[in-house]
Amino acid sequence: MSQPRIVESTLEFPYSRTLGPVVGAFLSGLREHRILGIRTRAGKVLVPPLEYDPNTGDALDELVEVGPQGTVTSWTWVDEPTPKHPLDRPFAFALVTPDGAATAMVHAVDAGSIDRMSTGMRVQPRWRAEPHNMIDDLACWEPAS
Amino acid sequence: MAATDIAVVGYAQTPSTRRARESEVQLLVPIVTEALQRAGLDRREVGFTCAGSCDYLTGGPFAFVSNLEAAGAWPPISESHVEMDGAWAMYEAWVRLQHGDIDTALVFGSGKSSPSKPEEMWAQQLDPYYLAPLGVDPASLAGIQARALLDAGKATERDFANVVVRSRRNAKDNPNAQVAGDFSVDELLAEPYVRAPLRKHDLPPISDGAVAVVLARGDRARALCKRPAWIRGLDHRIEVHQPGMRDLTTSTSTALAARKAGYDGGPLDVIELSSTFSPQELILRDALGVDADANVNPSGGPLAANPVMATGLVRIVEVARRIVEGSASRGLAHATGGQVLQHNLVCLMEGD
Repeated sequence: MSQPRIVESTLEFPYSRTLGPVVGAFLSGLREHRILGIRTRAGKVLVPPLEYDPNTGDALDELVEVGPQGTVTSWTWVDEPTPKHPLDRPFAFALVTPDGAATAMVHAVDAGSIDRMSTGMRVQPRWRAEPHNMIDDLACWEPAS
Repeated sequence: MAATDIAVVGYAQTPSTRRARESEVQLLVPIVTEALQRAGLDRREVGFTCAGSCDYLTGGPFAFVSNLEAAGAWPPISESHVEMDGAWAMYEAWVRLQHGDIDTALVFGSGKSSPSKPEEMWAQQLDPYYLAPLGVDPASLAGIQARALLDAGKATERDFANVVVRSRRNAKDNPNAQVAGDFSVDELLAEPYVRAPLRKHDLPPISDGAVAVVLARGDRARALCKRPAWIRGLDHRIEVHQPGMRDLTTSTSTALAARKAGYDGGPLDVIELSSTFSPQELILRDALGVDADANVNPSGGPLAANPVMATGLVRIVEVARRIVEGSASRGLAHATGGQVLQHNLVCLMEGD
């Protein structure tokens, strides 16, 4: 039997992007260890901040600082992380509502063990040592000390 | 007011397999031919062709173009493509038919997950700044959704396992299914978690497969099919993208799509739901308000076979086939796109 033909191709789009006034401000905030949300006309603070209110379409521009601690509102436990996951050991993906926010953001919680996870648990941010303007400048959340 | 004289008059699907040897277009060629033959339609008579597939699965930009070989694009044809489940390709064809200048359309959906790493690839459909860089995989989001359902007291892990037991039992009668058999709730609950509170069987299988549908309107539909499956209503609605900005334990977009499709809560002989993860069947049943003893996913549903980009259109075929064959008079099919039921389509069908 003949050998299978293997074709290897790497697709890349090596451009950099300007993130705009809201996403850009949020990611710049993470560099300074600050979590920013954005206030809707109804007074709710959305985190992560969006340029438009997804329910009304209103343009939004009032950034407000939230956190730094937050509350886990739901979670799942990942026993075997993939290479694309933010942690290389078992962790939780969770919805975390930072203090002062009305919505939750998806991120990792480094709890060490599933036994330390619960809905309603308090968490604090762990910051990336060398920020690179990505969402994982907030490296992950960890149980609040 | 949307037209109600458009019907499914032909269909065919491949069996769902873990790893098909054929390329995507090779999967499509025989079923496109079979669907057209079933309708007794020559491919040169097709007024419009629309396909649903995902270039990310193939890993090449414009990979979908080669799938057109299955339709035969010479002499030139009128066609379109959606980077969505084939159910949305059918939606486009249904809208196109309402222009009134053509009376037949060919639709297909296809996906080969086997060459890719689905758990890594699907993170790319998410917000590129807040979610995709974290590699958030569909099963993790479904796990978060499942936990929310448990925390809200709306379901138990036993309820999740019950969905799986029924799906796999139903799939025994479906020659196209990939996972079928008799299992007990207790043996399933003894399995380890992969995304607690979800176990492997709460997740869909990784599948390769394809499906094709022929639509026709009015007298043409009656001429091509003895008992056409009339599309009485077809609608799709979407919710906010960020998973933390909506209630994951409900599906307001499904409820709205069903209402807009004209579903009045009346009896349904068959319901096929794109409940890709077991807890989602409970959410969708609740959103649609179907009875506890309703005939949901007699095919086994996506937990028995999940050829992505075809899964939703397969639901439509499973309902249409039962109407065409006469074992059902009224049915509802549901398709979903995005993450954790973000985008939902409802198709209400009836026989004469």
